[in-house]
Amino acid sequence: MSSPTPTLVVDNLKIVGVPSMAAIVEELSLEVRPGEILGVVGESGSGKTTLGLALLNYCKDGTRMGGGSVSVAGQELAGLNWRQVRRLRGQTVAYIPQSPASALNPALRIGTQLGECLAGEPATVLARVREVLREVALDDDDAFLARYPHQLSGGQQQRVAIAMAFTARPALIVMDEPTTGLDVSTQEHVLATVRQMCQNYDCAAVYISHDMAVVAELADRIAVMYSGRIVEIGATAEVLANSRHPYTGRLLLAVPDLDAKRPMIGIPGHAPSPLARPRGCAFAPRCPLADEGCTTTAPEATEVGPRHTVRCFKADVPLPAVPARKAPARVARDAAERPVVQISGLKAGYSSFTVLEDINLDVYAGDCVALLGESGSGKTTLSRCIAGLHHNFSGGLTLDGEQLAANSFKRTKEQRRRVQYIFQNPYESLNPRRTVEDLILQPVTAVRGKVRNGRDIVATALERASLRPDHATRYPDQLSGGERQRVAIARALATEPEVLICDEITSALDVSVQSSLVDLLRTLQAEMGLTLLFITHNIALVRNIASQVAVLERGRIVEFGEVEGVFANPRHDYTRSLMAATPNFQLAGGLHEVGATGTDGPQGDGPQGTGGLLPLRSL
Amino acid sequence: MKVQRGGMSRLFLRRSLFGLFTLWVVSLVVFLATQALPGDAAQAILGREATPERLAALRAQLHLGGSLPEQYLNWLGHLLSLNLGTSLAGGMPVSDAVAPMLLNSTVLMVCAAVIAIPLAIGIGTWSALKKDTVIDNVTGIATLVLASLPEFVVGVLLVLLLSTGLFHLFPAVFVQMPGAQVWNNPAQLVLPVLTLVVAVSPYIIRIMRATMLEVLDSQYVQQARLKGLPERTVILRHAIPNAIGPVAQVIALQLAWLIGGVVLVEYLFRFPGVGFELIDAVTNRDMPVVQALAIIIALFYVVVNLLADVVTLVANPKVRTAS
Repeated sequence: MSSPTPTLVVDNLKIVGVPSMAAIVEELSLEVRPGEILGVVGESGSGKTTLGLALLNYCKDGTRMGGGSVSVAGQELAGLNWRQVRRLRGQTVAYIPQSPASALNPALRIGTQLGECLAGEPATVLARVREVLREVALDDDDAFLARYPHQLSGGQQQRVAIAMAFTARPALIVMDEPTTGLDVSTQEHVLATVRQMCQNYDCAAVYISHDMAVVAELADRIAVMYSGRIVEIGATAEVLANSRHPYTGRLLLAVPDLDAKRPMIGIPGHAPSPLARPRGCAFAPRCPLADEGCTTTAPEATEVGPRHTVRCFKADVPLPAVPARKAPARVARDAAERPVVQISGLKAGYSSFTVLEDINLDVYAGDCVALLGESGSGKTTLSRCIAGLHHNFSGGLTLDGEQLAANSFKRTKEQRRRVQYIFQNPYESLNPRRTVEDLILQPVTAVRGKVRNGRDIVATALERASLRPDHATRYPDQLSGGERQRVAIARALATEPEVLICDEITSALDVSVQSSLVDLLRTLQAEMGLTLLFITHNIALVRNIASQVAVLERGRIVEFGEVEGVFANPRHDYTRSLMAATPNFQLAGGLHEVGATGTDGPQGDGPQGTGGLLPLRSL
Repeated sequence: MKVQRGGMSRLFLRRSLFGLFTLWVVSLVVFLATQALPGDAAQAILGREATPERLAALRAQLHLGGSLPEQYLNWLGHLLSLNLGTSLAGGMPVSDAVAPMLLNSTVLMVCAAVIAIPLAIGIGTWSALKKDTVIDNVTGIATLVLASLPEFVVGVLLVLLLSTGLFHLFPAVFVQMPGAQVWNNPAQLVLPVLTLVVAVSPYIIRIMRATMLEVLDSQYVQQARLKGLPERTVILRHAIPNAIGPVAQVIALQLAWLIGGVVLVEYLFRFPGVGFELIDAVTNRDMPVVQALAIIIALFYVVVNLLADVVTLVANPKVRTAS
């Protein structure tokens, strides 16, 4: 195919915040051809949503265009009046939002919401609506059209949103994290639908996501955004196999590997806020290659291959190898050992509704047991039962052989000290009106009363969670998401617990942060002999942290065993379907052949510290 | 569909039963406060100078014989059979004395509500759409000032402005011709209605603005705009139906307040309604009328709140379609 006219051309786009006039995105240039899917990846705050909305000539409150141009299907967006903009939206460019649950109007029927995208005869509109519903594999009958969004499942809602976008046969579709928050099996269906629909309509698409694995599977080309700029853009295979920007390279390594053949490695530090971007290259403070030149001038975009540009002075320099993490050796269990937490015949629910049934689980000291399941499988309810937060359950729950009361208030202080809980969302689990020091001391004073060496306890906890001592005086809103979750971990560690329950603790955070947190937990587990219960929906994470896994489906444990064994040879259909639905993110170029996390692989080659080094780009 | 409707009407039934329970509690309180106070109700009505004969006659008329529960049941029985007793002042049946007043007050309130509700919703929405502009700020300050003024002050100001002071457009007090109905002379209604409108609107405007801002900030409104819908459709179809639910509750509270506020406003304009009648009855110690009006006002509160619940339910498809 000789290059056809691109559907979307963005040239040197700049969007600024009002009134700070700080650039949220700038120097953005890209093009997307008909039928092509461009994946835009980046961490939170990188400006990818701002870019997506700009393609519809939409600026959120507090932002506005600061220069550059966007043209879609030959139309220059800046020159349109509001009537033309209205016609552009929906007709030429359509938008699929992140969360269909909040983007579909709760008060309007599906039929109304789909039909209003089109002008024309009611009969023609209705026929088109039915057609597009069939294309996304939904019912097209009147009963379905009469439904309200809340009467649909999450996957159905997202397919309605996709249908809505395609109703008017647009030339360009902008998708903003359309599968975030969906279960893997639903995500698989939605992605397949998106791919099919883009093909059917020969429609150009921009797919915004923080999930490299999903983008790698779906997109033809990838644009990597960092701090408001595209740092690298090129064909998917090219970017994955031959990434030239250090950020892209580190980002790829941060993605957990489904087969756990390659360790996941976080990127230290965090992305700068738009208000405090460094001079020069924004990634320089986190970049292992940065030198003085990088911190003074910002690199221009340079072509390094066909349709492959990179914004880096060091595009030709290979990244230094990152030390691969040593896999903790599994200690053979003493036959006489008793489980720390033992659950037998547990049944739990809400009033008359049963969430969990017939749960039997033994957790031994020093192990990390993953509870894996999709939403509604009861994994959080189970962890809440263990923590004493969910009271409505029956069956055996013992800690070191002693029965635990259902209500944490009825447990002894000692029992409460020994079991600690880390919540999913660090933005909600930390009281914004207390300093980090207060937050960390709270559980300590709750179980031990007033303590005299509070300072020391806080200092130790912060150090364990890899936080600086000066973090103690900060308030949560002065911290980044990753730092907040570290504070939550420090708070849980302050009481010297034995069992730590981690409820989806990385799902609200970026991948690079996720990897560092997983690293931290593994270190803590080894150093403190912690027993971890790791609740997640992410198989790749399970493979990277847990020693055993319990797979939950609709309130029952359908499979339990050593992680290696379960995923090498899954016995339950549900486990198999979960594995099949998860995008398998493989790094090409022999990256994962070295530094394997095999339990007893040959480790003797080379001195300690270099033996597990990982060459990032094989040259 | 049938099952779904069932869910809705069951909810409605539950709310109604709760309303009835509220009314029963009110009846108990009214009874205890008016008739079962320590001391003798007849003595309290007639005063110290009353002759024993008159006291005995009044006791018989008020059914003050027998034990308290007996008296209460007797009173409640009469109330339920709509026999409200005889007015002590005029000697006519309470129902005859109260009915025309009730009608007049209803006219006043319906006029106020019909004007205030759409007006307030409109201004609230407009203010939200013009967020942080001069219009929005002026509305914000004006509603705050008006909301903090007692309604009789508003009434007096309006009288000064439109009747006796600056302009002489409307009569300052209500004069009812014998045999005429209150709506026969609309000019006389203007000031009382206006006072009530000004009294209830600010709250509705403020809550409508707040709810609307929240809705306008939602993703489904953003999505509707990104679908290229005309702004009119975005507001009328996508935004307002979602904002109306919470506002209905405030409107109900304001309407219910109206019947209380109407007492002062009616007194101010000498409007022959329940409020005027109530003040009269209290001054005259006309116990049966006070009791009847107290129960009627409570009934109004309950019914209006019930209506608000229904509106909230109807505006929320999640409840509407729940089985």
